[in-house]
Amino acid sequence: MAAQLRALWGWFDARMPSVAEQWKIHAAAYYAPKNFNFWYFFGSLAMLVLGIQIVSGIFLTMNYKPDAALAFGSVEYIMRDVPGGWLLRYIHSTGASAFFIVVYLHMFRGLLYGSYKQPRELVWIFGVLIYLTLMGEAFFGYLLPWGQMSYWGAQVIVNLFGTVPVIGPDLALWIRGDYVVSDATLNRFFALHVIAFPLVLLGLVVAHILALHDVGSNNPDGVEIKKVKGPDGHPLDGIPFHPYYTVKDIMGAVLFLAVFCFILFFVPEVGGYFLEYNNFIPADPLKTPPHIAPVWYFTPYYSILRAVPPLFHSQFPGVLAMGIATLILFFLPWLDRSPVKSIRYRGTLYKSALAMFVVVFLVLGYLGTEPTTVWGQFGFDAFFLDTKDVATWVARVCTVLYFAFFFLMPWYTARDEVKPVPERVTA
Amino acid sequence: MKKTIFSILFFPFVAIAAEGGYPLDPSPHDPRDLVSLQAGARTFVNYCLGCHGAQYVRYQSLTAIGLTETQIRDHLMFTADKIGEPVRNTISAKEGKQWFGVAPPDLSVIARSRGADWLYTYLRSFYRDPKAATGWNNAVFPNVGMPHALWMLQGERRLEVAAPEGGHGHLQYKWSELSKGALSTTEYDATVRDLVNFLVYVGEPHAASRRATGVLTLFVLGVLFVLAYLLKKEYWKDVK
Repeated sequence: MAAQLRALWGWFDARMPSVAEQWKIHAAAYYAPKNFNFWYFFGSLAMLVLGIQIVSGIFLTMNYKPDAALAFGSVEYIMRDVPGGWLLRYIHSTGASAFFIVVYLHMFRGLLYGSYKQPRELVWIFGVLIYLTLMGEAFFGYLLPWGQMSYWGAQVIVNLFGTVPVIGPDLALWIRGDYVVSDATLNRFFALHVIAFPLVLLGLVVAHILALHDVGSNNPDGVEIKKVKGPDGHPLDGIPFHPYYTVKDIMGAVLFLAVFCFILFFVPEVGGYFLEYNNFIPADPLKTPPHIAPVWYFTPYYSILRAVPPLFHSQFPGVLAMGIATLILFFLPWLDRSPVKSIRYRGTLYKSALAMFVVVFLVLGYLGTEPTTVWGQFGFDAFFLDTKDVATWVARVCTVLYFAFFFLMPWYTARDEVKPVPERVTA
Repeated sequence: MKKTIFSILFFPFVAIAAEGGYPLDPSPHDPRDLVSLQAGARTFVNYCLGCHGAQYVRYQSLTAIGLTETQIRDHLMFTADKIGEPVRNTISAKEGKQWFGVAPPDLSVIARSRGADWLYTYLRSFYRDPKAATGWNNAVFPNVGMPHALWMLQGERRLEVAAPEGGHGHLQYKWSELSKGALSTTEYDATVRDLVNFLVYVGEPHAASRRATGVLTLFVLGVLFVLAYLLKKEYWKDVK
């Protein structure tokens, strides 16, 4: 049997040697730094979640109806009558949030160890493109259950495009395919969610990994392992991705799946954060809910949007701020002027800036899930107070700090006192 | 540090309070109590089904709460001919809108949008209000379109709301009885508990098997993790 299999592989390999070749380039002979820590699990985990979403999504598509009259009911049909349907649906809904958790942690790893810095700018840019595509994918997907939050969330987001000067209203109409979010919108969002954006996502993931494997992985010390090579031509601090990191990532994947399954099987709604309670009310175009909150992964940007005061009765400044807040990520490799990559050798300035950024991002994220009245109102009046909501003012301060982290980066990273970086990775 | 980030990401605690309104009582329902679920089903078809449907639930699926198909046919199936049919209501949305101002919502997933505590408190908080069109009002859901469908059981009550002492804090609610119902307060609370139990059950009929599958899955993953850890350790022995 084994001999026959080997013969079969020989036959295949003689006709298509590039399979073995690619395996070597990307796994068996791809030398990765030996000092990866906890933060380096999230890249492979993001691919795992992508796989989970695609497979569960295929089966959901077999039972879901992209029709405004049937969509809500078809989701309930999946939850009740389709064998294992509830499992598929919870896998997919938990997977959506898990995707963002994993991607946010993966991006934070980049900030910690300067993974976006030269020569990995392209890896980072593809990564940001993946992040933006993922946001679109999640946004389109969230309309499909056709609950109140699906409907009004989509209404709010599409209206954001309507605030763009001159072309806004036509742009919003073009996106919706109707004057309000309707059956036409649901159908096109379904098409974009199940085929267009997943294709783009897959292509970008391939580009992200190819670009990474061309320049080689960064590591927690931020030293280039290719600079010190052994007599065999391989980096002294590198180990072949396969089998070392395949077995390590399997371990990480099992641990991740345990957390994933805990949520999926015991707290699939996560207190209204992964599945919003109001989304169990069917979409009603005539009844606007008093409090529309996007799902948690969009809330930092939603907070920024709400924090910026309107100008000439137009919300466009807020929309612009929200856009810049995401697009600024593209410029990170050039905003950072530090001579070192890793946080381990950076000075107090960058460390405090990053710590502040994390706090600000989480506060904005929390505030975006709540009404602006959540922290009450100021007890006094003043001419500059256009709103007395404490939360709005906190969000404004956080928005300024969010942008300060990026816009002041050239200044504080150049001034920062850095420590000497070792030649080789540390244990 | 790592732990903090995880806990913040996974469980950003927020107290979902009654938004400053009437304080909610914790619902004492127990999804494992089949007798309570069956009693709840009976109350549902007798008192709710006239106006509210549960169109995503099939009559047949109620075998999962310990009823036989014959029992379902004889005692519960008032709005269908075949046991595989959904639990529809008897009035149309248009009629509902004419009578109550809004069409009575479908109750299939009402427990998922409102929560058990809300339902448990709501169904025990109706009071007589001569200003309301139906003659009924509700402390949890002010100016609700629904009259007190269970009033024969609970009796009629009156509610007085007073401003909090000193102008701060919660409103003061004072209930008083106008007429007795067929049930005592304890019996009525138990009836509502059973009904809420049933609504929570139909909100997610597979919740019990979900948890059971979860225990098994986590056990398998636990074993798998030990193996994966040992495999990793074995391979990484020679990495210095």
